Amino acid sequence: MSTTGVVSPRVATAEGQALTQRKVRIGEVVFRLVLQACLLIAFLFLVWLVSYAVVRGWKRLDSRLWENMPVGRISRIDSAGVQSAITGTLWVILTTAVLCLPTGIFGAIYLEEYADQTKWYNRLLELNIQNLAGVPSIIFGILGLGIIARQFGLGFTVITAAIVLALLVLPIVIIATREAIRAVPQSIRQASYALGATKWQTVSRQVLPAAVPGIATGSILAISRAIGEAAPLIVLGAVTFVTTNPDGLLSKYTTLPIQIFNLIGEAQLGYQEIGAAAIVLLLGIVLLLNSIAIFVRIRFQKRW
Amino acid sequence: MAVHDITTPAAGSSTSLRRGRRHRGERVIEAFLVVAALVSIATTVGIIVALLQPTLRFFQEVSLVEFFTSTSWTPTFADKHYGVLPLVVATILTTLIAIAVAIPLGVGAAIYLAEYASDRTRRAVKPVLEILAGIPTVVYGFFALFALNPILQKYWPGNEKPGFFNVMVAGIVMGIMIVPTIASLSEDAMSAVPRSLREGAYALASSKMQVATRVVFPAAISGIIASFVLGISRALGETMIVTIAAGLSSDKVIWNPIEAAATMTAYIANVASGDIPVDSIDYTTVFAVGSLLFVMTFALNVLSIRLVRKFREVYE
Repeated sequence: MSTTGVVSPRVATAEGQALTQRKVRIGEVVFRLVLQACLLIAFLFLVWLVSYAVVRGWKRLDSRLWENMPVGRISRIDSAGVQSAITGTLWVILTTAVLCLPTGIFGAIYLEEYADQTKWYNRLLELNIQNLAGVPSIIFGILGLGIIARQFGLGFTVITAAIVLALLVLPIVIIATREAIRAVPQSIRQASYALGATKWQTVSRQVLPAAVPGIATGSILAISRAIGEAAPLIVLGAVTFVTTNPDGLLSKYTTLPIQIFNLIGEAQLGYQEIGAAAIVLLLGIVLLLNSIAIFVRIRFQKRW
Repeated sequence: MAVHDITTPAAGSSTSLRRGRRHRGERVIEAFLVVAALVSIATTVGIIVALLQPTLRFFQEVSLVEFFTSTSWTPTFADKHYGVLPLVVATILTTLIAIAVAIPLGVGAAIYLAEYASDRTRRAVKPVLEILAGIPTVVYGFFALFALNPILQKYWPGNEKPGFFNVMVAGIVMGIMIVPTIASLSEDAMSAVPRSLREGAYALASSKMQVATRVVFPAAISGIIASFVLGISRALGETMIVTIAAGLSSDKVIWNPIEAAATMTAYIANVASGDIPVDSIDYTTVFAVGSLLFVMTFALNVLSIRLVRKFREVYE
């Protein structure tokens, strides 16, 4: 924009005008540089964070990581791995997905296609979901501790962890699904009704297929968030060193973030290195999933 | 939602049977969808019930006055004190440091993306921000403790150096964590400001910087403040970074950010992860602190929801 010239009409002489012009231009340039610096600083920190983990964990980024179990606190650091954390993460996250994706998608369909938005209870439902999206994850851990683990008697097991994580990321799935459904134009629904389709036929055969990319993006982001969560599971007593793979929904478990938390809390550098290697693995999984999610949205989302 | 009526045309006599069955199927499906939506209500009720019972038990033994005015929190010591102030002050300190880092960086990045960056840059940077927003917080904690803190200790001005655990490093890293959230939401708010406002300002001979700071920024202010509120709410509830890097001491109120102090979340994580008997008062402290945290974040969430509504109303 070359509009910088005419800023101060107060200055009468040509000389004075030229002076203020230059001052203004310098201000403009500095301002722009400061803004660029903000973005750059944030990025550099994140690059530093990722590369620091890679450098610290480099020596242990090999097959030992997933071939071996975590060992007792003193012995055999060299051969320790995080196998039980990888299998535990798989068990917990797959169960989380099974619980949370259908619930979230169906709940969103109700809110977007069936609910009468003028009714107070539907508005309350909506407000409730927006609020849940901002409740700290550790509070969900307390919900799991007080209700699911103790009152339902499910204990500190895979299923308890999965229920808690599913409830935690449910708002993400619901909000993303609703946005995807809302983006499908009314004309498509009306055409379907005009051909004699029922409400559910219209929703399941016209609206949902058109909304799949948006729903997929939201679902992947939600699962990725669940994979990285540690706080609620810590409250659920997951900090103990678990050296076995889970063999069912009611078995004990550990997950990658929990195991990382344990490992980096150890004083010996050897453990910290394993922790750093596990961080690289976790970052790889989470960043890959997020990239897929964003790619799906950019590539497949329809513009109506 | 005005299309509801078209779904139920008057039933013709010949097809009434089939249609009746069809309608029953539709009802079943709708009931099923309602149940799915109600899970979120059940979650909120569950949270409140889970918090309330043990919190009430806690306050049968500890008075509200002691909880809010005593300046020492030592439930696990022999000499027990139940003043929540040390935890609250540590939480507020880390949050203040975090937003002091996140707001300038986030808003600066957002103004750059919304007003200066080319379309190509914006389309490349925004997804990357979203991808990075998903970095697990345990990773930030590791980074704070081992990468940033040694540098902070080395270059800290003054004779008194930050400790191995300190509030400062946790707050800074928490700020870095929140930058993508604030940048992304603020950019959305500024991009939603109609072009005509900018063009009007340019027509009045404004410079680019003037348009950004005096037209677009004020016009998007409720969305930008909503992003701050959301950032503050995330900082208050963030657990792993502070548990790993800020330390666990809570026997006195600590205002000096280079000392170690337990936040509310760090206390919950630390005590709940130990083996504590269910009927002990130690167990109920987790829920009492959790209730306070829930109330604080709830207030902020409601505020941020209101602000977002306001900016949607204006321009969408």
